Amino acid sequence: MNKTIITVVGKDTVGIIAKTCTYLADNNINILDISQTIVNDYFNMMMIVDMSKASKKFGVISDELEELGKSIGVIIKCQQEEIFDSMHRI
Amino acid sequence: MINMFEVKETNEMIEKENLDVRTITLGISLLDCIDSDVDRLCDNIFKKILRVAKDLVKTGEEISHDYGIPIVNKRISVTPIALIGASACKTVDDYVKIAITLDKAAKEVGVNLLGGYSALVSKGMTPSDELLIRSIPKALNSTERVCSSVNVGSTKTGIDMDAVRLMGSIIKETAEVTKDNDFPGCAKLVVFCNAPDDNPFMAGAFHGVTESDLIINVGVSGPGVVKKALEKVRGESFEVLCETIKKTAFKVTRVGQLVAREASRRLNVPFGIVDLSLAPTPAVGDSVADILCEIGLEYAGAPGTTAALALLNDQVKKGGVMASSYVGGLSGAFIPVSEDQGMINAVNANALTLEKLEAMTCVCSVGLDMIAIPGDTKDTTIAGIIADEMAIGMVNQKTTAVRLMPAIGKKVGDIIKMGGLFGDAPVMPVNPYSCDAFISRKGRIPAPIHSFKN
Repeated sequence: MNKTIITVVGKDTVGIIAKTCTYLADNNINILDISQTIVNDYFNMMMIVDMSKASKKFGVISDELEELGKSIGVIIKCQQEEIFDSMHRI
Repeated sequence: MINMFEVKETNEMIEKENLDVRTITLGISLLDCIDSDVDRLCDNIFKKILRVAKDLVKTGEEISHDYGIPIVNKRISVTPIALIGASACKTVDDYVKIAITLDKAAKEVGVNLLGGYSALVSKGMTPSDELLIRSIPKALNSTERVCSSVNVGSTKTGIDMDAVRLMGSIIKETAEVTKDNDFPGCAKLVVFCNAPDDNPFMAGAFHGVTESDLIINVGVSGPGVVKKALEKVRGESFEVLCETIKKTAFKVTRVGQLVAREASRRLNVPFGIVDLSLAPTPAVGDSVADILCEIGLEYAGAPGTTAALALLNDQVKKGGVMASSYVGGLSGAFIPVSEDQGMINAVNANALTLEKLEAMTCVCSVGLDMIAIPGDTKDTTIAGIIADEMAIGMVNQKTTAVRLMPAIGKKVGDIIKMGGLFGDAPVMPVNPYSCDAFISRKGRIPAPIHSFKN
């Protein structure tokens, strides 16, 4: 298992989840968990995904997701899970 | 499993509160480069640095990308050059040749600073030590990325006052020869008491002789994160205040520990220490002085500052120690003037003086750091300031340091503009009375007694 956290933040619009998930599916990335809220028209989503069978390298996926975010008008950030584990779990 | 609030908290620290890993510093022993011929020595040094550090910058960037955490600096520290050059260097220019080699190697591997142009003379100077010290002005003027430090005292040995007197002159000379540069050479020159062998922060980093061949040391930062956390506990008791700092320091240090471990794994170099320092930058919201204000002071330097800083420093350590398997370096709150916008504001408001800064250094990490003083300050006065600061370190068994920048041709109220991480330094007034007769005494101050503590 190679867990990665993807966060999507930005102004709400149609198709944010669809476009993000399509990209993940195209690259053989499995979604383990999604939580999503909208605060003051602002879209907030966090996904936990498994990249162990991904068809591209982490760096490439991270850059492509960032680009995808720009095209939708949101910020997509891709981070390996350890940074959150380190900070919030003893 | 990690939840959304935790992810959000971490990312807000990074995006809005300037959380970053300040430096990954690769310590390199140059002991195996020693040769009696200076050209062969330089060749050995250059080849070793290139061989072991070629992937340092790339690896740092990859880690930064993988975790989404900025790693601001990738740096190198080397064995004190006074030891390495002892058998080869017969003149000042021989030492400068090594400095130029180090600068070339730093540029080649892409690190922004390289520390270790140093001499450890806490009890006395060998001819080689003295030669290196005398070469510092020329070395710093001939290089861009080389940092120099001289350890002139320790709790075990006392203070070498001959070295202190010499450093007073060397600092002044360095300021004079580099006065036309964009960047004052003195910003890259530190005088230490009790210098640690594993400090990852510049300009005082060097790779001590007690260290292994290669080592990764990491310096974390995060004054903005602490400040933000404290905004939520305004008016609360000291207990709440301290707990908040401690928890925040823990989280910040855990990130440093992760980065250190990863860098160590990917570079196949042993992990040394995490330095738990609150290191400010001139960026808005990245200031230690602002934390002191948030604790309840109008300006850093107001009555209560030393107590607030003591509390802050202690809680940062208490929180950080549990977050990392090995802690070392300088570990504590840094209080450089030019690198901290809150400190600069305090100086401009006449709230902060050199004497108050000296008091603050008794309870926090390091010492009189990045302070511009009038260009006509006498050599002996600079030596006197160094001696005072060294005495604080010696008696209190802590590291203290002096990084003063005589601003040639400038007077109190003028500003040295450096920009970047080094910031802008307002020239601060220095006590005008003389210490000539004190400084002109030869020899050393004996080591202090360790019993009968008061």
